[in-house]
Amino acid sequence: MIFKKFSTENKKVRDFIPQAITVLALLSVIIYFATNAQINMGNRGISFGFGFLNQEASFDITFSMIEYDGSHSYGRAFLVGLLNTILVSAIGIFFATIAGVIVGVSRLSDNYLIAKVAEWYVEIFRNIPLILQIFFWYFAALRALPLPENGINFNDISFLTIKGWYVPKFIWTNFNIFLLSIIAAFIAIYFINSYATKQREQFGKQLPTTIISLSTLILVPLITFLFLGVSLTFEYPVLKQLSPTVYTYEGGVSIIPELIALALALSMYTATFIAENVRAGILGVSKGQKEAAASIGLNKNQILKLVVMPQALRIIIPPTTNQYLNLTKNSSLAAAIAYPDIVLVFAGTALMQTGRAIEIISITMLTYLTLSISISIFMNWYNKKMAIKEK
Amino acid sequence: MNIIFKPSKENIKSYLPVGITLVFISFIDVFVNAFFNYDLLGFFPSQISYFLPLIFGFIGLYFIRIEFSGIRSLDILNKNINSNNLNAFLTLFTLFILIKSIPPLLNWFIIDANFVGNTKDNCTGDGACWVFIKVWFNRFMYGLYPNAEQWRINSAFLILFAIVGVSFFVSQKLKKYFILFLIFIYPFLGIELISGGSFGLKYVETAAWGGLSLTFIISAFAILFCFPIGVFLALGRRSSLPAIRYISIGFIELWRGVPLITVLFMSAVMFPMFLPDGTFIDKLIRVLIAITLFEAAYMAEVVRGGLQALPKGQYEAAKSLGMGYWRMNALIILPQALKLVIPGIANTLLALVKDTPLIFVVGLMELAGMIGLAKTNPKWLGMAMEGYVFAGLVFWIICYAMSRYSQNLEKKLSTER
Repeated sequence: MIFKKFSTENKKVRDFIPQAITVLALLSVIIYFATNAQINMGNRGISFGFGFLNQEASFDITFSMIEYDGSHSYGRAFLVGLLNTILVSAIGIFFATIAGVIVGVSRLSDNYLIAKVAEWYVEIFRNIPLILQIFFWYFAALRALPLPENGINFNDISFLTIKGWYVPKFIWTNFNIFLLSIIAAFIAIYFINSYATKQREQFGKQLPTTIISLSTLILVPLITFLFLGVSLTFEYPVLKQLSPTVYTYEGGVSIIPELIALALALSMYTATFIAENVRAGILGVSKGQKEAAASIGLNKNQILKLVVMPQALRIIIPPTTNQYLNLTKNSSLAAAIAYPDIVLVFAGTALMQTGRAIEIISITMLTYLTLSISISIFMNWYNKKMAIKEK
Repeated sequence: MNIIFKPSKENIKSYLPVGITLVFISFIDVFVNAFFNYDLLGFFPSQISYFLPLIFGFIGLYFIRIEFSGIRSLDILNKNINSNNLNAFLTLFTLFILIKSIPPLLNWFIIDANFVGNTKDNCTGDGACWVFIKVWFNRFMYGLYPNAEQWRINSAFLILFAIVGVSFFVSQKLKKYFILFLIFIYPFLGIELISGGSFGLKYVETAAWGGLSLTFIISAFAILFCFPIGVFLALGRRSSLPAIRYISIGFIELWRGVPLITVLFMSAVMFPMFLPDGTFIDKLIRVLIAITLFEAAYMAEVVRGGLQALPKGQYEAAKSLGMGYWRMNALIILPQALKLVIPGIANTLLALVKDTPLIFVVGLMELAGMIGLAKTNPKWLGMAMEGYVFAGLVFWIICYAMSRYSQNLEKKLSTER
């Protein structure tokens, strides 16, 4: 009788019971795990803590964007891995976007052949596991490249070999001034655009903003080259004989095959998903919009720029950001081909050496989690901003 | 001037033959070049000769681009692949690349490939060494599972297919029991058959499992478990009870925010720390739990999309009939919501199948892992290409079939009029 009263009549109590049970169950699982972990770590003579990050790592990393060797700390190794993850993700995102947009637009081409080829590209690369594609590029395709002494020669500027791709190194003088000039150019473009918008809205005057912006972007950095002492020279890779049979290239920058394989596979795989987003976005703009735009006298370019693209982008961007996020997470497959990303360096080597499973896995997961959550917060903000405000 | 050089219906008689001839020459040239390695137009300077088919074809296509020519096939051709200069160029370019790439591929796959023999030495041709696949086929399918016991895996899958097959032909009433049996009883019977240890079957430890059959086992179990968990998480996320809602949100976002490989790492190195000293959970089970929870979070988001898309009236109608929370969801809401998100569910399941090779991080080897093992065998070095092409093909067939099936299912279940 009492139970019945509780369960059916009193809504507060009825709502409280399942919540309390869930929270208690969760808490007890956490406490159970925590006590076990404490006992286990006690048995192995380690105590929970992040002090190990300052200890000397004493392992080498094959590819690093910042100065690193074995004498640096685990914290530094973590940073190297993080930077490598960001590098390969950035390269992958760049090429995946380009390829994805091209393929997505091609799928809507009125040329039957192009549309079919694009469709099959999507069907093939989307349905093969990414890890297999990475393996294919790394173990099969890139291993078929020639040895350094017969490397594929691009006009003596860069060389593609089994050991990687050797490209010229940029040697800047006064790079800071150049960087500042680019930032200044962007600020100038921002003001030019807002001025142009004002002119258009107040007086109906169309300013050629594209040309002005482009020339600003070219001219301002050019001035630094001519007058402010910025200069750029290249250091070309040169073949060098180490021993009768071993050759290598000196100078320049070596892009390791792991990075090439990973970036290639990531961008080709993600491009298929981006292509589908682009296609859906363009198809999502109703035909009436284009016809309406044409009927008020806009030309083909204006229709695309002012009517179709703004609406298509609203559909394209949210799922595409999701794909960028997926690409970043997928870059962790680097561990399979020994590209020194955060998982391999930190959750692999560092974990083996220190045995601090809980701390290291938590840090790694938190890093990815921070990345994901910050992007999804940005996405929510963006969606709110871009959502059609209906009256 | 314009009239002379603009092909139109009036001068069709002079332009059409010339155009067709030019296009024909360009294609013959590329074709002969690709298949017989002979340069027909080689008497031109070498640098021009390279682009000549493109130029010839381009001019030819320009000549035959006649609007309303009155010839049906020509009109269709022009409309689809030759509507303007850019399209003509793209058409030629794509076709030439396709023609050029056929012979090397054909050579590698079939003509120069080696099919006979049992060792690497039998592979004398330049093409693929399919002997590698043939010799290792058993391992690629069953992993390190003992040869004498492989009939158990075969029969487990055969029985599964047989039940699924039969269930298509029985009446609706019986079908329900078939499906219940498949979901609640068969998985455990099947796993008992494969792992053994009772009924006089020899015990085979999970470390020996592998190959494509392991891919199927993991996918099947993960799909089986991740689906209900995902549905519950989705309901939890939409619940009006704050504690349940926030726990669901936290759980979903936690798994969705990290890569699967770190989750597998966690199950391999971190999870044992959380258990009492001395307890040992089988590697395969740990991996299965990790993949299931991971994919369940994605499934939850897909299902939530369906729940949100349902009009409020459905909830209100169900409540006004006096249904409680569970009956409302089970009978009214979920059937409609799940139907809405079939493509999303299919994509999640596809992602799950494509993620199975990642179990290499804990040392289990399904198809891709077995190929990794085989290609490092000293007797079979240098067989990576064959191995990964084979694995890619197998996975492609599975995934393509799945995506096609989901499209059919979507059409079949669609109630839109």
